[in-house]
Amino acid sequence: MRIKADTDVCIGAGMCVFTAGDVFDQDEDEGTVVVLLPEPPPDRHAAVRRALQVCPSGALSISEDE
Amino acid sequence: MTNAMHEPVTFPVTREHPLDPPQDFARWREDAPLRPMLFADGHVGWLATGYAVSRAVLADPRFSNDVQVTHPPIPQRIRQQTLAKFPGFFLREDPPEHTRFRRLLTGQFTVRRMRLLEPRIEKITNDRLDAMEREGAPVDLVQSFALPIPSLVICELLGVPYSDHDRFQRDSSALLNLDNSIERAREAMESLLDYVRGLVARKRDEPGDDLISGLIATGRLTDVEITGASVLMLVAGHETTANMLALGTYTLLRNPAQLAALRADPSLAESAVEELLRYLTIVHLGPVRTATEDVEIEGQTIRAGQSVTVSLSAANRDPGRFGDPDSLDITRQATGHLSFGHGIHQCLGQQLARIEMRIGYPALLARFPGLRLATPGEEVAMRSNMAIYGVHRLPVAW
Repeated sequence: MRIKADTDVCIGAGMCVFTAGDVFDQDEDEGTVVVLLPEPPPDRHAAVRRALQVCPSGALSISEDE
Repeated sequence: MTNAMHEPVTFPVTREHPLDPPQDFARWREDAPLRPMLFADGHVGWLATGYAVSRAVLADPRFSNDVQVTHPPIPQRIRQQTLAKFPGFFLREDPPEHTRFRRLLTGQFTVRRMRLLEPRIEKITNDRLDAMEREGAPVDLVQSFALPIPSLVICELLGVPYSDHDRFQRDSSALLNLDNSIERAREAMESLLDYVRGLVARKRDEPGDDLISGLIATGRLTDVEITGASVLMLVAGHETTANMLALGTYTLLRNPAQLAALRADPSLAESAVEELLRYLTIVHLGPVRTATEDVEIEGQTIRAGQSVTVSLSAANRDPGRFGDPDSLDITRQATGHLSFGHGIHQCLGQQLARIEMRIGYPALLARFPGLRLATPGEEVAMRSNMAIYGVHRLPVAW
C-alpha cells in the first residue's frame, strides 16, 4: 500500500491524525496533512483505510500493491 | 425513480421523542434518501436523509454554501440567512474566499496543538467541578459546567477576556434563538461585531499570544475580516460543545447502563464522545447547499440553483451505515458520523470539541458518583427553538 496526499485539497480537519496518528501528522503552519509512513506496514492498513473513509476533503488516496 | 413519485415534503421540526430525530425522516430515508422538499420561501429543492447521499452532497464542489444562493429550510432560517453575510464569515463562503480564511486558521487547530491544551482544559474542568461542590446541589449543569468550560477555552484561545462573558454569551444565545425577532438577532450580531472590533483594534496596538493577534500578524486579512472570522469562532465555540456536554450528560443519565459502562471504564471516553456526537447530532436543522450546475445524484437530477437540505440527524441514524442506529452504544465505532459536517466546511474546532468532551464527561462522573437529575427527566426543556439542539437548563444533584 502506498499513500498519496494532496495538500492543495486538504482542509486540515485532522481526521487522519485522529484516526491513525502514527501514519499521519499535520503541518505546523497550515495544518495540512503530512504522511509519516507513505508505505505503512500491513498491520496499519485497516487504520489507513478508515482514515481515508473519514477524510472530509478527499485529500487522501492509496494505491494497493499488486 | 422520478420526482413525480414524490410530492415535496416540508422539513419536520417536531420530535416525538426528545433524543430522536422526527420520525418522518426514517420513513423518507428508506423510501427515497434524496427527495423533493418545499423550502420556507416556496422554493422546491431537495432533502437528503441518507448517509451516503448526504456525504456526497457535502463533499461535492459543485454545491455552494454561499448564503446568497441558499434557500431557508424552515421559516426562522430566513432570518438566520440574512444575518450570515458579513466579511470574514467564511463558513458561508465558497472557495477561493473560503480557502483563504481556512488556510490561515487550520494550523491553529491541529490535533497536536489541541492536545497541548489538554492540561489547561483539565484545570478549567476541575475548577468548575470544585465550584459545583462549593455551591452544593442542586445546580444547573449548563451554567455551572457545560457552558463555562468551552467558553473559557475559546476565550483563552482567541484572546477574548472571559470577564466580558455575560455580554457575548447573551448575544450569542440571542443570535441562535429562532424565536427572536430579526431586530433582536441583528442587534445581537451588531453587538458581537462591535465588541470584537474593539478587541481587534486593541490587539493591533498591543498584540498578545493568542489567535486574534496571530491573525493580525499575518498581514493577510483586514481588521473587518478578522473581526468577522473571530465572531464566527467565538459563537461556534460557545453553543456547540456546551450543548454537547449538557445534552450528553442528560442522555447518559437517561441511559443508566451506558452511564455505568463509561463510569466503570473511562477509557471508553473516546468512543463515547463519538457515539454521543452521532446519536444527538445537535446541528439539527441543516446545513443547506445549492447546486451551481446540474448534478446527477442517487438517480436524480438536482438542477443548477436548487438547494438541498442535508439532515445530519437523519444521516447519522441511517441503518445502512450504523447498525441499530437508534440505540445509544458507547462502545461502537461511530467515527465517520456527520455531526461536524463533511467536505471543505467540516468543523474547524472539532478536535478541540472532542478533547473538551473526552475530559469533561469522565471528570464529571468521577467527581460525583451519585450524579442524578434533580428534576424528572421528562420535564427538562429541550432547545427545539434554537439553531443548536440541547437543553436550556439541566438541574442535577449528587
